[in-house]
Amino acid sequence: MNVPTVGGDSSNSNHETANKPSLWELFFEFLIIGAVSFGGGIIAYEKILLTEKKRWLSDDEFMAALAISQTMPGLNAVNLAVLSGDKLRGVMGSIVATLGLLIPGCTFVMVVGLIYLENANHPTANLILGGVAAAATGLLSAITYKIGHKQFKEFKALVILIVTFILMSIVSLSLPVVLAIVAPIAIYLYRPKKGGGD
Amino acid sequence: MLVLIHLALTFGMLSLLAVGGGTAVLHEMQEVLEQTYKISAETFVHVYSVGQLAPGPNMTMVLIFGFQIAGAFGAALVGLSFFLPSSFLCFWIGRIWNRIGDTPWRRSVQSALEPISIGLMCSGVYAVAKAALISPLTIILAVISFVIILFSRINPVYVILGLGGAGAGINYWLSLPH
Repeated sequence: MNVPTVGGDSSNSNHETANKPSLWELFFEFLIIGAVSFGGGIIAYEKILLTEKKRWLSDDEFMAALAISQTMPGLNAVNLAVLSGDKLRGVMGSIVATLGLLIPGCTFVMVVGLIYLENANHPTANLILGGVAAAATGLLSAITYKIGHKQFKEFKALVILIVTFILMSIVSLSLPVVLAIVAPIAIYLYRPKKGGGD
Repeated sequence: MLVLIHLALTFGMLSLLAVGGGTAVLHEMQEVLEQTYKISAETFVHVYSVGQLAPGPNMTMVLIFGFQIAGAFGAALVGLSFFLPSSFLCFWIGRIWNRIGDTPWRRSVQSALEPISIGLMCSGVYAVAKAALISPLTIILAVISFVIILFSRINPVYVILGLGGAGAGINYWLSLPH
């Protein structure tokens, strides 16, 4: 499965032009990811698809796309679909990859959401969702810890992190205001060092 | 009509502010939905939970709010406003990036945004926790879920469904006359 089958070209550096998917294939592969990636970890599915299963992108290309996805606003997994779709098939590739990724989840939440809205006052629905919500809080905390554990250990980052949290949750400023205050200060603190950075 | 415009602007703005992912705007989203659209914190957290159970990106759950506020059209509108602006920006920046490449300033901006986005995620945890952790039982469930997810490789959906079911069962049992 991991062996490139097209043209016998196995060199990793110039496979990218030899191995472009059709729009339909791109849509279908992202649709599968959108349908099976229960419980997060979508980025991992995308990496496997793009760099291992289909070898549409090299590791370097994938990491570059991931870095942009994480810097830009929006969901990282969606941004990654946008960028890799564009890389592979231009604007249309971008659109079909993103749609593929989102359609299964959207369908699911609409179906379950409708059931919930119709039974919102049903005691059983509230009992179950109450328990699910509590467990989801644990999940969200765990994800935040996993993603942020380095930031918690570095003094400069920790201060920025705490100030952001306090302005947002305790002072209750709106998000644009919080960003307008914290972002310039943080960028100043992390400005490139003179004489060759890291 | 005004509702729809406001809804599109609100979720469009949330889209562009979601630095580091959807969790960064959870707190803001919850406040706007509560203040402007009278969606209770409890409903918010229930819908959020549905998103956690859904395949693909969890934030597709915003469609449910759209539906609740303005029907099927509202759901489509919220979906477009939440996913289109950030995707378009990323697409556009991605193309520029390929021409400019890596610069020290880009890395600075990225390093600066990381702790901010973790801080915002903490606010997201806080917003969800405030609405979800309403009894000793829910706090215990959250702690168990935190520990399991941090220290095991079990798919989170099973953890959430299992603990959610267990919580519902215990709550039901507690509500029975003894």
